[in-house]
Amino acid sequence: METIGIWIAALLTLGIFSFLYKDNPFYKFCESLFVGISAGYWFVTTFWQVFMPKLADNLVAGRLYYIIGGVFGVLMLLRLFPKIGWLSRWSLALVVGTTAGLYFTRYLVSNGMIQVQNTIIPLYVKGNLSQTIGNLVIVIGTFSGLIYFFFSKEHKGAFGGLAKLGIWFLMLSFGASFGYTVMSRMSLLIGRMDFLLGTWLGLIR
Amino acid sequence: MRREVPLAITAIVGFALIIVYFIPHPPFNHSRDFFEDLFFIIAAFAIWLGCLNLLKVNADKVYRQKKGWLFSVVVWFGFFLMVIVGFWEGRGFMNPGTTFYYLYDKLYYPLNATMFSILAFFVASASYRAFRARNKEATILLIAALFVMLGRVPFGYYLSSWLPEGWRLGNITDWIMDFPQTAAQRAIMIGIALGIVSSSLRVLLGLERTFASGE
Repeated sequence: METIGIWIAALLTLGIFSFLYKDNPFYKFCESLFVGISAGYWFVTTFWQVFMPKLADNLVAGRLYYIIGGVFGVLMLLRLFPKIGWLSRWSLALVVGTTAGLYFTRYLVSNGMIQVQNTIIPLYVKGNLSQTIGNLVIVIGTFSGLIYFFFSKEHKGAFGGLAKLGIWFLMLSFGASFGYTVMSRMSLLIGRMDFLLGTWLGLIR
Repeated sequence: MRREVPLAITAIVGFALIIVYFIPHPPFNHSRDFFEDLFFIIAAFAIWLGCLNLLKVNADKVYRQKKGWLFSVVVWFGFFLMVIVGFWEGRGFMNPGTTFYYLYDKLYYPLNATMFSILAFFVASASYRAFRARNKEATILLIAALFVMLGRVPFGYYLSSWLPEGWRLGNITDWIMDFPQTAAQRAIMIGIALGIVSSSLRVLLGLERTFASGE
């Protein structure tokens, strides 16, 4: 069974890789299978990991007010029926309201207050030049980055200069993020090559 | 009714959650958990909605025998294969040794990993076109990306092994990640926080109401 599984996985891997040559029926088959399997995977996962513990178990335990979640959820599914699809906006409204209410405080604290607090650091660390430079970079980088995002004043003069410095910091950050993304994709590619050449063909150990 | 009810639900739930945050005692803190659970339940229904819509679209393709309808049959096959096996397995559906786990390991995982790994090729060709050091900003982006890419692999270590400790590619990468990258990310995060606070307020006060009116 394991050998059959390895062969299936290898053929599917090659099927996806075949797109690098050009679009072809073998790739289309693998792509369609991937779409179907992904949907099925999430369908089952949400059932066992969300509906059962958060809805069914709470109802069984006597917390009947959880039925609200079920009702609003079913309203969401009504979007499939155009005539009564507008009812799905009620559940969407609940999701939007919950998101707005939760994120309002959560982001204000974690992304706002705590980040500001962490940026108020000593600009001179006695006997530690590297930390001093690092702290300066953090304070100047954060401040100039924020200046760049401030669009209520025209980016001219000293203000414009700071905004320009902010762009440089942002570009550096985007470059680093891009490098990280490329490396993560490369590691996935290495993993698939390792599977094909090692696990499947046994050419490398 | 079609517009007012959604706006009322949004405002009541949103403001209730904000008020509850400042009263972290029973029974108010439980209501926060309850609304979070509701959020997850509805989000799960939204995933189901997406899956059912996928089936509907593909069923339509098969029914009308549109071009490539056979691939829609494959979508249906993949979906029901996972669903039938997943429901059959019960709560321990993802335990190693189950049929669902076998399907996950031999079908879902290789397809998923390969699909994302081919992005490496597209990223390479896109960066070849986009990464031209045409101005200062592009040059900074290019240099940072190069340092991070080289600094995280043995080849980068090999290239800079002759340099003194602290000046090698790996050290420079660490410094970039610890200081300039942190600074820029912090500015972005503070900006995001301010943006979320203002857009949340707009939604809760009913100034932003597109979600309640569009189909």
